[in-house]
Amino acid sequence: MILGLDLPYWASTLIKVGIALVAVPTATALIVQTFLFKTMAFMQSRLGPMEAGPHGSLQLMADGAKFVQKELIVPDHADRKVFVLAPVIVLISTFLLYVVVPIGPGAVGEALDTGIFFALAVSSISVIGILAAGWSSANKYSLIGGLRAAGQLIAYELPLVLAVVGVVMLAGTMSLQGIVHAQSNFHLFGSSIALPFFIPQIVGFVLFLIAAQAELTQPPFDMPVAESELVAGYQTEYSGLLFLFFYIGEFGTAFALAAIASTLFLGGWWIPLYHPSGAWGDVFGFGVLFVKTMLVSFLIFWIRFTYPRLREDQLQAFAWKVLIPVALGNLVVTAVFKVVLH
Amino acid sequence: MPQLKLPGLVKGLGVTFTTMLRPKVTVQYTGPHGKEREAPPTRARGVIALKEENCTVCMLCARSCPDWCIYIEGHKDKAPPRREGGKPRTVQYLDRFDIDYSLCMYCGICVEVCPFDALFWSPEFEYSEARIADLLHDKGRLGEWMETVPEPLALEAGAEAKKGGKK
Amino acid sequence: MSSTVSDRQRAAYIATQAADARVNVEIEAEGMTLNIGPQHPATHGTLRIVVRLDGEQVLWAEPIPGYMHRGYEKLAEVRTYPQITTLVNRIDWLGSFCNEVPFILAAEKLLGVEAPPRAQYIRTVLFELGRIANLILFLGDMGVQLGAVTPVFYAFRDREYVLNLIESATGGRFHPNYDRIGGLKEDLPKGWIDETKGALRHVRDFCDEMETLLLGNEIFAKRCRGIGVIPAHIALEYGLSGANARASGIDFDLRRDEPSPLAWKDADWKVWTHTDGDAFARYWCRLQEVRESTKIVEQLLGGLPSGSIQAKVPRIIKVSAGEAWVHTENPLGEMGYYIVSQGGLGPFRCKIRTPSFSNVSIVPWLLRGVFVPDVITILASLYFILGDIDR
Repeated sequence: MILGLDLPYWASTLIKVGIALVAVPTATALIVQTFLFKTMAFMQSRLGPMEAGPHGSLQLMADGAKFVQKELIVPDHADRKVFVLAPVIVLISTFLLYVVVPIGPGAVGEALDTGIFFALAVSSISVIGILAAGWSSANKYSLIGGLRAAGQLIAYELPLVLAVVGVVMLAGTMSLQGIVHAQSNFHLFGSSIALPFFIPQIVGFVLFLIAAQAELTQPPFDMPVAESELVAGYQTEYSGLLFLFFYIGEFGTAFALAAIASTLFLGGWWIPLYHPSGAWGDVFGFGVLFVKTMLVSFLIFWIRFTYPRLREDQLQAFAWKVLIPVALGNLVVTAVFKVVLH
Repeated sequence: MPQLKLPGLVKGLGVTFTTMLRPKVTVQYTGPHGKEREAPPTRARGVIALKEENCTVCMLCARSCPDWCIYIEGHKDKAPPRREGGKPRTVQYLDRFDIDYSLCMYCGICVEVCPFDALFWSPEFEYSEARIADLLHDKGRLGEWMETVPEPLALEAGAEAKKGGKK
Repeated sequence: MSSTVSDRQRAAYIATQAADARVNVEIEAEGMTLNIGPQHPATHGTLRIVVRLDGEQVLWAEPIPGYMHRGYEKLAEVRTYPQITTLVNRIDWLGSFCNEVPFILAAEKLLGVEAPPRAQYIRTVLFELGRIANLILFLGDMGVQLGAVTPVFYAFRDREYVLNLIESATGGRFHPNYDRIGGLKEDLPKGWIDETKGALRHVRDFCDEMETLLLGNEIFAKRCRGIGVIPAHIALEYGLSGANARASGIDFDLRRDEPSPLAWKDADWKVWTHTDGDAFARYWCRLQEVRESTKIVEQLLGGLPSGSIQAKVPRIIKVSAGEAWVHTENPLGEMGYYIVSQGGLGPFRCKIRTPSFSNVSIVPWLLRGVFVPDVITILASLYFILGDIDR
């Protein structure tokens, strides 16, 4: 069902694919422009791009055009097929993430019952792409970057998943739309207004944000792309269109994970007191989700610009020795609460 | 670990956040937003200007340049006597005085060493060219830079008053 | 020096050849040879370090300097003293004025000339400003090597104030070329002292920011504490100087310990040492040194003697025959000039002892057994400048 029209499956799928092809790069562009260019610049006492477009807002278009028209350089000793496929895999993982995020009471790419499970599973596909990129580049730096990435991403999957399990327990469903509805009905200790999940699950929220930071290989967890050591880690040999794919993959996933975090913990498209419905409800919900996503993204990027990076073994130790025990503890407490309060 | 970690990490976030809200230091040099310029200090070594009437072709500047970037040619000729009934004087005429700014180190030895105050520093710096050969400034161009030469600055308290006019 | 090549040297040679090879992915049984540099974001300039890795651990490392050798000492043989002063600015290009001072002092020693007190004071002030400019960059740069992208921008922003000061007095931001045999080129412009006091306020604020942003950051501490520990006796053996030695507990500062015509003895300041000898200690030491330098500058400017800034020297200076060695505490360590003069317009031979050359010599010893990211931390904390190593 799109816009109230009853379309055959192939038509609605085509429209959804079209929307995704437009929405994902736009979201990426927005995030890159606002945070990577402007906010980073402001935090560093400088203005950022100011030439392309008013206040430099079209800088990414210029960058994108530059990337697209570059020559496709594949190193001599690289495995050509894998080399070209690797960024595509990462990009597919990003696009698939946007399918399940609900935008409004009636608007979602595909209302899956296993919503968040699907999202987490699909976000892990990018690990294959990164490993493939690192190995096929025939470059020692890329190899080191790819190996680091694999270890890190797999290690931080667990806190990510465990943080989500707490929310799923409270909501009773894995569907993201269902989780938003659960938050609109969640009254803690008989409070009059419904509360989003980040209040009972504050530990889970923090865990999710930290794990998301690591999944996105952002500082302080950006060993795979440690600029000052490995030049660009697994992305070293990539230029032009393939690099653009990695770029879109990284920031598209950032937007998607921020949107998922807002949906799981901050209430998604729902806010406590005002509940529109119909088409206006979808638009309003989109606006609310957008604001929340930008706030979460601001947190992610604020931490990115401020902290130095952790070393690989410190990273792993942090994940296995700190985050996972805390996540498990959070699970136990949530389970106890759920049983006690019902 | 989480308890001990919080203070330092959080204070660091505060620093970046407050910097974000303060005015930015970028000077917008080009572009539609304006041609802001930060005027360089008066003593800045931007370009060397030549006062042709003072030059006596003594070649001291060309000899003392570490890069040998000054090209001087001159010839001797007779000039009319200063007063009636005197001998004609031998005077050096300056034919060619080129400074190659693609070699110049901006050290200032030539300006210092000139005994006749013919060379001066000017803070002008925007003379980049598309061709390296255009960076060879000839007599006329060096004379044009004289208009941009600033007055020597007043000195700090306690400095000895300068004797003579040597900059 | 024996004429036979040791096994270690032979292995190093083979490794460099291997690292040069076109095939980048080498599946070797006992580890991977990695070539860090000469073009690499982490080595401050064109330093090449060949490391042999076992996974992420370094088995041995060999620094190969020389990619930036400009032949200073040979150039000095065919230049006059003023010309060499100009060239020598460019050895340690961040601590601009500091390079000229020992050279000029050595020439003055040979001539038997002493600059008037006002000139000595201003020389010391500019020397300390050069130190501040150099070390501010280090404080920001260490952040970048560790992954924190923001501090380096603050460093460049606050360094501008110091560079503007140097420019308004001397005419050049990075290469002042201000020291002359017998004194200085010209006196300070009016208002310079007040401008300096304003700039020092910015420098102190910057130091406080760095303390909060980096020193107090737990991630920074985790990355730096216990990394690259240099025991004091090893530091002495390898000839480390400057903050590298002081961070290992060696209480040695040429400003205090070496009699010098410059005005450090007229200011009240202390030497900062640290006992740990790790990367964190080196960062901490340099941060305190910047603060201390601001104190020195303020005190000296408060008590600036009046008078001339140039002693009576002949127009064309021919330095009398003899040999002179003068060393000073430069921002990077101990820098010294050994001038052999035969009475000409320029020196017969000028030997330049640079601090970074000795500081880099400890790299093979220090890098054994460390992880690859720690390699970057250690190199960043040792703080060498390629112009200083290679001359």
